[in-house]
Amino acid sequence: MTTSSRTPTYIIRPPRGWGIPDLGELWRYRELLYFLTWRNIKVRYKQTVLGVAWAVLQPFVTMVVFSIFFGRLAKMPSDDLPYPIFAYAGLLPWDFFAKAFNQAGRSLVSSRPMLTKVYFPRLAIPLAAIFSALVDFFIAFGVLAGLMVWYGVRPTPHLWTLPFFLLLALVVTIGAGLWAAALNVLYRDVGYIVPYIVNLLFFVTPVVYSSNLVPAKWRLIYSLNPMAGVVNGFRWALLGTPTGPDAGMALSVLVALLLLGSGLVFFRYMERYFADRV
Amino acid sequence: MSLAIRTHDLGKRYRLGGPAGGREYRTLRETLVRPWTWFRRERHPTLWALRHINLEVPAGQVLGLIGRNGAGKSTLLKILSRVTEPTEGYAELYGRVGSLLEVGTGFHPELTGRENIYLNGAILGMRRAEIERKFDAIVAFAGVEKFIDTPVKFYSSGMYLRLAFAVAAHLEPEILLVDEVLAVGDAEFQRKSLGKMGEVAASGRTVIFVSHNMSAILHLTQRAVVLDKGRIVFDGPTPDAVDFYLSAGVHRSGERVWTAEEVPPQAHPFRPHALRVRDPKGRVTDTFAAIHDITVEWEYSLAEPIRGLRVGIYLLTMRGEYVFTSFDTDDPAAYETWSERPAGHYVSRARIPGHLLNEGRYVLAVNASTFGHRTYFHEENALSFLVDATGAVGFQWPERRLGVIRPLLEWRIERLDERPQPLREAA
Repeated sequence: MTTSSRTPTYIIRPPRGWGIPDLGELWRYRELLYFLTWRNIKVRYKQTVLGVAWAVLQPFVTMVVFSIFFGRLAKMPSDDLPYPIFAYAGLLPWDFFAKAFNQAGRSLVSSRPMLTKVYFPRLAIPLAAIFSALVDFFIAFGVLAGLMVWYGVRPTPHLWTLPFFLLLALVVTIGAGLWAAALNVLYRDVGYIVPYIVNLLFFVTPVVYSSNLVPAKWRLIYSLNPMAGVVNGFRWALLGTPTGPDAGMALSVLVALLLLGSGLVFFRYMERYFADRV
Repeated sequence: MSLAIRTHDLGKRYRLGGPAGGREYRTLRETLVRPWTWFRRERHPTLWALRHINLEVPAGQVLGLIGRNGAGKSTLLKILSRVTEPTEGYAELYGRVGSLLEVGTGFHPELTGRENIYLNGAILGMRRAEIERKFDAIVAFAGVEKFIDTPVKFYSSGMYLRLAFAVAAHLEPEILLVDEVLAVGDAEFQRKSLGKMGEVAASGRTVIFVSHNMSAILHLTQRAVVLDKGRIVFDGPTPDAVDFYLSAGVHRSGERVWTAEEVPPQAHPFRPHALRVRDPKGRVTDTFAAIHDITVEWEYSLAEPIRGLRVGIYLLTMRGEYVFTSFDTDDPAAYETWSERPAGHYVSRARIPGHLLNEGRYVLAVNASTFGHRTYFHEENALSFLVDATGAVGFQWPERRLGVIRPLLEWRIERLDERPQPLREAA
């Protein structure tokens, strides 16, 4: 047979060692990521009467219920802001995290036919699950703008930092989502554990209460939950609560980055088992 | 001529049994309650699904890959398409790889035909501009113009399949991997997809084609590789490879015995042991006179009772056409008696009458399933045997008889120009 002096397009070798997924390749497959995200959104609201209105309705109704029970009845302190707007500003990033984390955790297992039949960067699947939740986030964000006008709350001068906190929320969600998605391929228990973790995290995240309620000496440990940093940051940037950048938030950022880094490495390590085990 | 694919000592090992291998997945509890197993490796028996695969495929060649179920064909395609990773060795691919490992991957029933074309195209690695350019051709090939904006859940299965194949067929990669897509769909669709495959081959692209349909393999490929138990056992011109595969090379004459490793875990509780063909004297042989009965016997055991089990055979010609299908509970009485088959060791026997088959080589496929519910075990090309025309009907004329079967029909010859006198008398 002839030999070729050209360089191969791909070399297929046994996987070895540790590393992170090939992000350059993911970039080349960005259209797939776009189509998967678009499919998730499209499918989610097919054959629903309210359609995309669900993205608004869910956090809005939750906000109303919280306002009645925590705001009116329990008289929860809300950093001198109207409770509904205080709660909604926290629910916004929280709902995104809860939805996206859940969807990402289930994403690989529910894409079994794709994983076992076609090659593409596996990272695209959990990422598409997370990005599709981001669309709901932006729609729900519109309601917040309406609420701010209604209650006459002016945006703060540090509103420009909001994208940074959204990015932080994404980092946390992607990190946690990658862990859950990859683990779920081998251990289906993860499907049960994820909603439970989300429920528990809800109470250690300042969604219905202000983080000022947490005694100062516990504040740093409290900040180990990176979602605490996200929610505090959102409120600070949007409403001007006294929960701006501090040591606790720096810790949240650090934990979030560790989560993302370890999530990527773990995902890459587990990738080799996806097609055979899912 | 330059190379498209080169593999060097490629191998893939799977773990068998144990918590993670035999079943679909393990629960966290199984890992947590046995922490001493965390860092222990190789604690399960392993199986080399593929080993020492050295292949060089020149660009533009259409290579056939044949072998029985579990021989490693699909594993090889999965490694080359990068769905799964090898355990040892390496493979070099020169050019973009596309696979038709299963058509319609990623199709979503709620999305319209148009939306699915874009989604499926992206999954298969097409750019959006490329899909847009080929969109009309894809729709025309599938023949679904009128329903392109209807969700595919309302499509008939034929339309669905045609659309799925159309997207994949327009991928135009330099290297195309095809796994048994032609086994599905109606005759018209099969003809169309075979045509498309031929077109792809003629356009100078490299194709690796896996099929149990020897007729398609012979028709489409120039060279074929026969795999058996994960190794290459034959590599050469297609007609020789098909001959090798169907005759002495892989099959022991008149008998197919399944070893425990050859039976996939999904078959449980069904376990095939052996398939044999016997002549009227009870001898296991692979050559039969057309005038003699052929007894097919399939020996198997059930670890658990199965309700509604049917154990049967398909008879095919060497070119892959079905002659007939027959199950051991075809007879309503047998169907009643064996409505639930208890656990145990069985043999199901069937007699193929003499004076039925024409001369030539025939292939037996086996199937154990419950109707509409589950297929426990299925194997194409389980066994092949030869029918010799000696003494068969029409033997006085030494010519090749057309037709798959050569039945001994009851003929009456009547002469019409002489009135039969006795009739009038009787009246």
